[in-house]
Amino acid sequence: MMASSYSTKEEDGHQSGAPGPGGGVNAKSRKPDNTAFKQQRLPAWQPILTAGTVLPAFFIIGLLFIPIGIGLYVTSNNIKEYEIDYTGVDMSSPCFNCSQNYSWNSTKPCRCSVSFSLDQPFESNVFMYYGLSNYYQNHRRYVKSRDDSQLNGNLNALKDPSKECEPYRMNDGLPIAPCGAIANSLFNDTLELYYNDPNGTKTLIKLVKTGIAWWTDKHVKFRNPVGDGSNLSAVFQGTTKPVNWQKYVYQLDSDPDNNGFINEDLIVWMRTAALPTFRKLYRIIEKQGDATPTLPRGNYTLLVTYNYPVRSFEGRKRMILSTISWMGGKNPFLGIAYITVGSVCFFLGVVLLIIHHKYGSRSNNADISS
Amino acid sequence: MDFSALRNLISRYCTGEENWVDSRTVYIGHREPPPGTEAYIPQRFPDNRIVSSKYTFWNFVPKNLFEQFRRVANFYFLIIFLVQLIIDTPTSPVTSGLPLFFVITVTAIKQGYEDWLRHKADNAVNQCPVHIIQHGKVVRKQSRKLRVGDVVLVKEDETFPSDLILLSTSRDDGTCFVTTASLDGESSHKTYYAVQDTKSFNTEKEVDMLRATIECEQPQPDLYKFVGRINIYQDRDEPIARPLGSENLLLRGATLKNTEFVYAVAIYTGMESKMALNYQSKSQKRSAVEKSMNAFLVVYLCILISKALINTTLKYVWQSNPNRDEPWYNGKTDHERQRHVMIRAFTDFLAFMVLFNYIIPVSMYVTVEMQKFLGSYFITWDDEMFDEELGEGALVNTSDLNEELGQVEYVFTDKTGTLTENNMEFIECCVDGHVYVPHAICNGQILSGSSGIDMIDSSPGPDGKEREELFFRALCLCHTVQVKEEETVDGIKRGIHQGKATSFYISSSPDEVALVEGMKRLGFTYLRLKDNHMEILNREDEVERFELLEVLNFDSVRRRMSVIVRSSSGHLYLFCKGADSSIFPRVISGKVDRVRARVEHNAVEGLRTLCVAYKALSQEEYHNMCQLLDSAKLALQDRDRKLAEAYDLIERDLVLLGATAVEDRLQEKAADTIESLHKAGMKVWVLTGDKMETAAATCYASKLFRRSTQILELTTKRTEEQSLHDVLFELGRTVLRQHDSLTHDTFSGLSSEFQDYGLIIDGATLSAVMKPAQDDSSGNYREIFLEICRNCSAVLCCRMAPLQKAQIVKLIKASKEHPITLAVGDGANDVSMILEAHVGIGIMGKEGRQAARNSDYAIPKFKHLKKMLLVHGHYYYIRIAELVQYFFYKNVCFIFPQFLYQFFCGFSQQPLYDTAYLTLYNISFTSLPILLYSLIEQHISMDILKRDPSLYRDIAKNCLLRWRIFIYWTFLGLFDSMVFFFGAYFLFDNTTFTSNGQLMTTNTQMIFGNWTFGTLVFTVLVFTVTLKLALDTHYWTWINHFVVWGSLLFYVVFSLLWGGVIWPFLNYQRMYYVFVQMLSSGPAWLGIGLLVIISLLPDVLKKVLCRALWPTSTERIQRLKADGVFQRVLPQGHDSLLDPPQCTTET
Repeated sequence: MMASSYSTKEEDGHQSGAPGPGGGVNAKSRKPDNTAFKQQRLPAWQPILTAGTVLPAFFIIGLLFIPIGIGLYVTSNNIKEYEIDYTGVDMSSPCFNCSQNYSWNSTKPCRCSVSFSLDQPFESNVFMYYGLSNYYQNHRRYVKSRDDSQLNGNLNALKDPSKECEPYRMNDGLPIAPCGAIANSLFNDTLELYYNDPNGTKTLIKLVKTGIAWWTDKHVKFRNPVGDGSNLSAVFQGTTKPVNWQKYVYQLDSDPDNNGFINEDLIVWMRTAALPTFRKLYRIIEKQGDATPTLPRGNYTLLVTYNYPVRSFEGRKRMILSTISWMGGKNPFLGIAYITVGSVCFFLGVVLLIIHHKYGSRSNNADISS
Repeated sequence: MDFSALRNLISRYCTGEENWVDSRTVYIGHREPPPGTEAYIPQRFPDNRIVSSKYTFWNFVPKNLFEQFRRVANFYFLIIFLVQLIIDTPTSPVTSGLPLFFVITVTAIKQGYEDWLRHKADNAVNQCPVHIIQHGKVVRKQSRKLRVGDVVLVKEDETFPSDLILLSTSRDDGTCFVTTASLDGESSHKTYYAVQDTKSFNTEKEVDMLRATIECEQPQPDLYKFVGRINIYQDRDEPIARPLGSENLLLRGATLKNTEFVYAVAIYTGMESKMALNYQSKSQKRSAVEKSMNAFLVVYLCILISKALINTTLKYVWQSNPNRDEPWYNGKTDHERQRHVMIRAFTDFLAFMVLFNYIIPVSMYVTVEMQKFLGSYFITWDDEMFDEELGEGALVNTSDLNEELGQVEYVFTDKTGTLTENNMEFIECCVDGHVYVPHAICNGQILSGSSGIDMIDSSPGPDGKEREELFFRALCLCHTVQVKEEETVDGIKRGIHQGKATSFYISSSPDEVALVEGMKRLGFTYLRLKDNHMEILNREDEVERFELLEVLNFDSVRRRMSVIVRSSSGHLYLFCKGADSSIFPRVISGKVDRVRARVEHNAVEGLRTLCVAYKALSQEEYHNMCQLLDSAKLALQDRDRKLAEAYDLIERDLVLLGATAVEDRLQEKAADTIESLHKAGMKVWVLTGDKMETAAATCYASKLFRRSTQILELTTKRTEEQSLHDVLFELGRTVLRQHDSLTHDTFSGLSSEFQDYGLIIDGATLSAVMKPAQDDSSGNYREIFLEICRNCSAVLCCRMAPLQKAQIVKLIKASKEHPITLAVGDGANDVSMILEAHVGIGIMGKEGRQAARNSDYAIPKFKHLKKMLLVHGHYYYIRIAELVQYFFYKNVCFIFPQFLYQFFCGFSQQPLYDTAYLTLYNISFTSLPILLYSLIEQHISMDILKRDPSLYRDIAKNCLLRWRIFIYWTFLGLFDSMVFFFGAYFLFDNTTFTSNGQLMTTNTQMIFGNWTFGTLVFTVLVFTVTLKLALDTHYWTWINHFVVWGSLLFYVVFSLLWGGVIWPFLNYQRMYYVFVQMLSSGPAWLGIGLLVIISLLPDVLKKVLCRALWPTSTERIQRLKADGVFQRVLPQGHDSLLDPPQCTTET
């Protein structure tokens, strides 16, 4: 309205001069209304920030934050987390060979197994993550390279994906489903976890692959297109797989509730990470019974089907095992920050108290006596 | 403006070598003069259509858009919008297009509506019927069809359809009365005169017989200037030429009064009429705040560009590794690959610009304008500035300068009508040294005749008696007062006998009314002007008739007026009255010394004095004078100069009769107001055309000068004795010595020794000081003069011409500190200084409304200035200062995280926030609290501000918008945004910041993506920024609570809604359930709370510490009030708690 009031002035010039009936002569001679608002005398609370009023707040914050911080810190420390890098950068690492001999269209998968041991048992449900580093999932070109309506089961978008998907939109004249760079680069390593019993047997640990995505994503945002038959492959007729995929989208899983666009691995991957170092939920190891810990102390083997190349851009791949608490995953930062802020506030409270005592009252008295 | 273009055209046309071109010839009734008299030069004149509208139906859209995009800000946003449209940018064009579209549309609708109203008004005016005489008959036509040369019939109470030359009227004497209220606001009736030779025409037939041409100048905007000549062809003789002046010219827009009808001929029509030429809007004044705002904007523009440059450079450095530029998972299209690297770099730069462009938000302009526009209503609504007598409150003509009212350092005020009432009362007169004082009216009955006169001096002898009566008659005759028409002569007579106090006289000068009324009380009553005869009722109740031969009108240069009359006995007299300085040099006899002594005595008392002189004329002298005047009046070129010369010759060799004294009382609370302004640190200058003694007396009365003030005089009297050079240097030394010792003293606290100075300077000396430098020394005068003035608390400039007033203002404005000036005045002579000063304030006075019309603000009385400046000005200033700073702060907070994010997303211009948040942040999430704050914030209550003017000093010199404070705010913004970003970063980075999304059902942990990250930062941002404002708010009304908490709630509700639905019109669903998922995570809540507190902490700490350790007086007052001390202390007679030391010294 800058422009408008600017022009008001011009208009005023016009109107006062204009020979309109009445013109500006009979200016309003009414007495203005005597309302509290118009006279700027609305009743109001008039707080001021002085040392006196702020002091209690500082102490309260201090007293509140320090316990919260300690609580958070302890909780976070109680969370057990194990992380292992299986990229295979070193000659010595078991996956070195796989990481070297990499090609997209190799039919024979490269496998490598990494051993590790857990010093402490992991109680309750354990969450298994894969982590990638130096991977710019938040690059603008990457973030926008998707078609949400295609993923939502829109048939038109299935056959004619959005332009944002370029250059992963069409392949050989057929539309790609799911299109775009994000889907194309779906993480396709397979991780399997074996517990090495002290008696020498290896037991495959059951990994649950559903329930890892947001419920709303799985049930609302991502939907398979509805076709004539119940067969997914028929629905995806006329589309092709993303260039880097080895399977079609309807071949991702045997379970029909976890196949196609509603495959949870795909859904998790499609939620682009905020930072170049990130982890994504891969599987859940559910607690079996009350008697044994989910992951008892001992030696484990991680069997990796090494498909995903990261060394070209100096990336790293990790596998993380973690338990959770009421406040989520392991997160010492929050606890430390709370403790720090709480102490700082407490300290400032003390300083202000001194200042308030020395200066506040003195200047006050000086004013009154003058 | 079209008019200025038109005027340029005209002036260019006029500056042609041939003099004849700048005049026009009008053929009355379109009849050519008898052949052979002159070559017929066909001239084309515009029709009488008034076009005040700007647009037509079909050019509205392009023209309005063009006008709007001429504004730099709009243009900037348009460019950003276009860039977004053309190149592939991170944010959708909607984010900048929508706000811009909104602003543009609202403005266009408003302007369109206003223009439609103007069209309607134009049509009403252009189609209203006029009566035109054609072939001896009256024809009704639409006003727009009127052409130059048409003879028009205008009836009583009708408005003149164009500028007309008056041919004849229904009154026998060829006069008519007109009110020009709609032109210059003066509601008094003015008399206009018909051309002598045509005034007898009474019917259409007669008028139709007239064969004449009018030669006159091309139209010019000055309402009061007109020169022309009418040539009347009778009987195929040589034409009779008559002069035409502004007294013959009826202006379009004026209204005919008290006259049944007039015949007149149109000479300027349509857009060429003087009224149309005066349409032009005033030049725009910009406030100091606006200037700082623009400076800040430039800084932010630089920041914006450097941010974009840094990021572009880093992007290419980072991308030099091809695996970073294009890793296998993130391929480019062929099109992108083929593009030249320079083009890519350039589009990247533009994309970064677009990403960061919100740092200069459209909404700031919108909010500032709204604040100014809406805020100005508080002035018009103010009950305390409403004047019962006038029935009017304050008026705001420009809302742009509200905050400037809080920054005033120099106040230039007019004296008459501004400091004083301009309600004149006749006090005494002195004839040859004998003083006459009429009885006051208030003590009941007024006695007529000589018993009503107190003679202070010894009674004059018989000779004196004659002089006395001559004096009284002179005052009764030498004026331009009109008698109110509805009052008959009998009524006046009755009024005298019944002692009615009502005034029957109207005049543009209240002095004259006071004089004529005073004469009435002394026994000589002016009755009326009839048939060029002035009738007065003398003490014996006899009517004396004098034929009015010539009136030599008053003007401010001559400062006198004269009339030439012929008494019934045939004697010719010239009566002259005027300022003493203009009369005494022209007097050859009379008791000059005694009169002069009395005049000076009265002037010291603060009375306005006039001297009266006369000259008896012989027939021959009169004849000469007539010739002189006629030739001057007939001149087409330089008529004013020639007239002035003629007047100078005529008004000579006078005989002094006596002097009069009229009192002009001080306005109510004028002294109190001036004192408050002084205490508020303003320097008050009085600029007046009055005499030095009178003005000085007023200054003492209004406490501008106090008894303790040492007066420095810089007047003609002194410069006659010493050279200007010496005087100036001497005064300079006096003042500066004091100044030096003062700087020593301020620390020792001995400020009671402080001597304040008052300077008096008169117009003549001022012009000597101001004279452009001929050598180096003269350039120095100005500097010394300024130096002296700067050290004087009060300055009185007397004997000022209107233009000199403006010069003074300009001089101070241009001095090296560039102080903010305010000019306040009530009359037409103050208009120049009102227009010149930073803020012009008009008093709705008695001398018409010209000053009020040309001012930025108009107030009914001088005393309202106090509230205007100390309360409204103060409030507006702190409000807008906070508004400006806060806007920059909140946009730094908003945009800087995006900048930081680029370092973590490969400089790919990935926006941190969702499009909806980008768009709505400034429009709805954070806009209302600050707008409301800037409308109703009161850091101190009104009463304290009024009681303690020294608080005004706390905001002097634009102190809330200094660079230091601006930098503080900017750094606060940077700090806060770092907290937001890195806080969220550490919550996300290498730890699992995850959600227990469905804590109740499956207890799983979900990973958050980049949009959750952005939403977290944004939530912290909105809360911090809003709470920061809440901390700054000192005045919490229910509206504040409603808006502050309401806008936070709105943010939450909006986010829930925005993420809660799959919006079919969006081609991405990235925000789906992001907000809810975030809120269902415990760490998110903990994180938000923590980050908000960390961000607010430094500001709170700074506030508390500053308040405790270095409190400003504003803060001390707030503290005292909060502690309840204020109420206890004040009633005990402490006028001001916190007077700066130098002020407390005065009793």
